[in-house]
Amino acid sequence: MGLFNNNIKSKGSLFARNGLIITCLLLFAAATIFPIYFMIISSFGDPVEAGAMSYSILPPKISFESYKFFFNFSAHSWDWLKNSFIVAACITVSNVFFATLAGYAFAKMKFRGKGILFAILLGSMMIPTQVTQVPLYILIVNIFELQNTYTALIMPSIVTVYNIFLVKQFMSSIPVEIIEAAKIEGCSQPKIFWYIIMPLSKTVMAVLAILTFMAAWNDFFWPFLVTNTMDMQTIQVGLKNFRFANTTYFAPMMAGATISAVPMFILFFSLQKYFLEGVAVGAVKG
Amino acid sequence: MNQMLTKRKKLKLESDSGWGYAFIAVALIAFSLFTAYPVINAFIISLQEYRPLGSTYVGLENFVNSFSDELFWKALKNTLVYTLLTVPFNIFLSFLVAILIMPFKKKTQTIFKAVYYLPAVASGVSLAVVWLWIFDPLKSGIANQVVGFFGISNQNWLGSSATAMFSLVLMSWLSSHGTAIIIYLAALLSIDNSYYEAADIDGATFLQKLRFIVIPFLKPTTLFLLVTGVIGSFQVFQNAYLMTGGGPDHATTMVGLLIFNNAFTYFEFGEAAAQSLLLAAVIALISFLQFKFLGKDIEY
Repeated sequence: MGLFNNNIKSKGSLFARNGLIITCLLLFAAATIFPIYFMIISSFGDPVEAGAMSYSILPPKISFESYKFFFNFSAHSWDWLKNSFIVAACITVSNVFFATLAGYAFAKMKFRGKGILFAILLGSMMIPTQVTQVPLYILIVNIFELQNTYTALIMPSIVTVYNIFLVKQFMSSIPVEIIEAAKIEGCSQPKIFWYIIMPLSKTVMAVLAILTFMAAWNDFFWPFLVTNTMDMQTIQVGLKNFRFANTTYFAPMMAGATISAVPMFILFFSLQKYFLEGVAVGAVKG
Repeated sequence: MNQMLTKRKKLKLESDSGWGYAFIAVALIAFSLFTAYPVINAFIISLQEYRPLGSTYVGLENFVNSFSDELFWKALKNTLVYTLLTVPFNIFLSFLVAILIMPFKKKTQTIFKAVYYLPAVASGVSLAVVWLWIFDPLKSGIANQVVGFFGISNQNWLGSSATAMFSLVLMSWLSSHGTAIIIYLAALLSIDNSYYEAADIDGATFLQKLRFIVIPFLKPTTLFLLVTGVIGSFQVFQNAYLMTGGGPDHATTMVGLLIFNNAFTYFEFGEAAAQSLLLAAVIALISFLQFKFLGKDIEY
């Protein structure tokens, strides 16, 4: 029957029970999305100083002045968005390709040292980011002298262990017979990968693309460390500037926050299935 | 003869050496350069007074300094308090929501999943900006309006050491459960219906089903969420950095923030590296303990 008893005799009590549950869920949902709602409606306010601002739950009127204010605030407002797109797109493409290649190799190919190498990769996921953060900064900024370049923003995330792990999990379910049959027919590994594995792995590649793009787009910390001029900053770093330079302008700040979140919301609502699927992959034993 | 032939064929089929290494080459280079090398370097830097041009070897001084630094212990304590207040509660809340979503149709489930996951999609910086204004110390700030409704006086949420930590905790309670809900739901949906049917025949109540079927089945998922949640929480940095800067009076200085400040505000790279290694040790110890005491009867 399932966890819940849906055989309740009277229609009334079933209705009452579901009604009660729905109410609880809706209340909690309202609390969850309230900050986002508040961010969006406040961004339509006039760009007046915070003292003159009224905090209302419903928008008194809709004006795009604050958005104009945001883009006029800095000569580089558009650059922040452009940089974010370039960096997130490059990181996404390279992760999808290289993580799929490596994931396939670890899942289905046989070569010496595979087990140990994979164990090392997996083990490294336990290391907190703080451990690598200082040496990585020294490597990129002091040794390679790459600060304030796209290379510095992109390189360290070119392919992540988590993505390799995700692909490997997924590919374990592809039957070996397909690959062996192709080999017997004389198909080389790159061809097998291109013509058989990639078409079969579209789902995991989509999940990978979305999660990677989201992480890269929302990343604040690394771009904040390696950029030092406004024109190289990403939108997340740009937002921080904005807040510290101009704490008193509330609505334009919300406009900036909305602008940084909207591309992700659009992606999320159009590709919801992959987002939600992706979260559970690797966490739940199928 | 025939046997030898199959053996040879099999050997040929099994050896992918060349292509195998080629396929993992980029991943391996990236890993060596951006993870393995920095980890090894962290150990080296932690033993040095790091200067870009010529560092000096100082032995264990950075570690000794950290241990005798009151702020390090305070940051560790703050991180522990934050973890204890957020991780178990967020897991419980996610479990509750996942259970409550269960009786509805797939479409309704998806809508709720999407709504609860939305804060995870928004960037941390934009959420921090919004929450800063929710916690505005003026009477007109939303948090103050809400508590004012219950007759509580105006609070300086992020600016007073009495409420700053709680404000960060509240923010976490209301925005970081989306992932856990989805993971719990996936686990709940994978429980075979026959268990419930058997329980129904035995006349089990809802709570009994919960106690004897759901909770044992979800134990691996809970352990996963607990371990990853604690690991994540111990590295918390961004919200404390953006919202309070660790203040007031270091009431919200987390270890992650302390390490960041030591490295990139004071340029004490050696001390930061030493503290990051101590943090890694603490995380490893806690994860080990969790597996030892909670993971006894879990098979993977």
